[in-house]
Amino acid sequence: MTEVRFGGAINRALSDALTADSRVILLGEDVAQPGGPFGVTRGLFDKFGPERVRDTPISEAALAGVAVGAALTGLRPIIEIMFMDFVTLIMDALVNQAAKVRFMFGGQTSVPMMVRMPHGGGINAGPQHSQCLEAWLAHVPGLKVVCPATVADAYGLTRAAVVDDDPVIVIEHKALYAAKGELPDPPTATPIGRARIAREGRDVTVVSYGGMVPVALAAAADLARAGVESEVIDLLSLQPWDEASVLASVAKTHRLIICHEAVEAFGVGAEVAARVADAGFDELDGPIVRVGAPFMPPPFAKALEDWYRPDAAKIVAAVKKAIS
Amino acid sequence: MGSTDAPSTTYQLLDLYRAMRRVRETEERLAALFADGEIPGFIHLAIGQEAVSVGIAAALDEHDTLASNHRGHGHAIAKGLDLDRFFLELFGRRDGHCRGRGGSMHVADLSMGMLGANGIVGAGLPIAVGSALAHKLRGTGHIAAVFFGDGALGEGVVHESFNLAQLWKLPVLFVCENNGWSEFTETARLIATDPQRMAAAYQMRTCKVDGNDVVAVAAAARTEVAQVRAGEGPCLIECQTKRVRGHFEGDPQKYRDAGDIAVAAHDDPLLRCEAQLIAVGTAQRTIDEIKTETKIRVDAAVANARAGAQPAPLDAFADVYSPEREPVS
Repeated sequence: MTEVRFGGAINRALSDALTADSRVILLGEDVAQPGGPFGVTRGLFDKFGPERVRDTPISEAALAGVAVGAALTGLRPIIEIMFMDFVTLIMDALVNQAAKVRFMFGGQTSVPMMVRMPHGGGINAGPQHSQCLEAWLAHVPGLKVVCPATVADAYGLTRAAVVDDDPVIVIEHKALYAAKGELPDPPTATPIGRARIAREGRDVTVVSYGGMVPVALAAAADLARAGVESEVIDLLSLQPWDEASVLASVAKTHRLIICHEAVEAFGVGAEVAARVADAGFDELDGPIVRVGAPFMPPPFAKALEDWYRPDAAKIVAAVKKAIS
Repeated sequence: MGSTDAPSTTYQLLDLYRAMRRVRETEERLAALFADGEIPGFIHLAIGQEAVSVGIAAALDEHDTLASNHRGHGHAIAKGLDLDRFFLELFGRRDGHCRGRGGSMHVADLSMGMLGANGIVGAGLPIAVGSALAHKLRGTGHIAAVFFGDGALGEGVVHESFNLAQLWKLPVLFVCENNGWSEFTETARLIATDPQRMAAAYQMRTCKVDGNDVVAVAAAARTEVAQVRAGEGPCLIECQTKRVRGHFEGDPQKYRDAGDIAVAAHDDPLLRCEAQLIAVGTAQRTIDEIKTETKIRVDAAVANARAGAQPAPLDAFADVYSPEREPVS
């Protein structure tokens, strides 16, 4: 085990992916010589050179379209979108091209491209640099969407995304980049589509992902002091998501909370709740409760953003509501 | 025919004519089948623009890649796609190029370097740029080409693609099929400049040809493709042509003067090519034979498509994602 930061684990994964397969290239704004806006790609330009690690102009739409064309012609491109908010600019390439090519062309080919993008608040970046828009992408057949919470999975999902034959969106919570954690030696890929039990418990299931997992674990620690044992599930993958693991946990606890930083309405939590209400209805002893941001854009001011983002207290309150 | 780059023999000119005839026969048949309700959905015909697709494709190698657009039947056929599977796809049959999931706007054959027609205006340009990047990095020696209309010039991604291609000196040939119409509106009312100036603003090589003269298009394409392939960077060829049919089949074109349509139909690239053939001594009988052969070939493709099996809904799930593989460690 080696202690590294979350961003460093992604850097290591990208480096290992570029080493493992000469078809892998890395493109994005400021990813090469500047080393990435959050420093995640630092050193890769020096190591792999200007052909494979490229700074692009501020042209997100073309960047994503270029990745589609490169993937169709034998490369495995990784692109970085500086903030997830800018995913709006690449939606055609993602939704109408990358996601549909395999299906639309009758299975002739696939689009092995990977898109990294940081989401989430916590740095007072305001309404256009803090959003969690993952539900949009998880709604599109043909895309895979993953969101790591730990250093090990930041490495593991990045590796898995690069070798996957389909377009994979890797969403990184920007507040996690500096977090430290253990990386196994040697580090391994994390399978896409499988959840992880981050904490075992018998009383209530708390499903979360990404930056909300440590918050859910903090809430679980609080609840444990009050005698409530939470089972915290780290989804890891949002599309496909591990319905079986969530149902198995609900069959044990009979209570379900879903928490994410994205706005509560029409979010990932809504899908999880709907599926469990259908396939797991007989196991439920109480209402499914969601914890998410209120239905407004992420605000800038510290006082507003701190209030806006779900915290451990809100999860504790939701659990109390679910078990009352 | 004076240029050394021009098709200099009757044989080559006949090939160009034969290819254009195949595109024309296909599209005229599609128009009839669509009007009869046999082909569903939307189809966009490029009747009158055959010299562009055929002249450009004649300069490409089999493994050069090609991104197309919604008016792309000619691009696909000129690139050499199998006519039986093409018609099967247009009929929405199981054994079409795309198993009946794409239709007219998504005909693709990756084995022929055909990266697909596209329902999104301008979307093919960055795909071609990415394909060209892959050719360059992999050292394939191939190039990427992309067809787009003048209507695409207002799309931001077109400018972004010009910039990237020139910045990275990529082997990509941009082919602007300028037919003067952006769907239902004259492009002159929508775009403040023209494709030549637009590409030149990005320091790109450009040229302009009479897009209804297949000899001129083929000659320009051969010259420019050679430069692109030699690593001289991208090039834009503007082919001036005319749209004879509506934006889509069934479009009554009420926005357009009847005279304008008549002029477009009169400037027929096939008739011009026939005159060129006669001028170099080709017998009318040879031309007539090509017409007959082509009609027979298209008849067969249509009959085959009519008899084709319907796709099964549950089979479609297999291709939303790639097959599962063992995870790597």
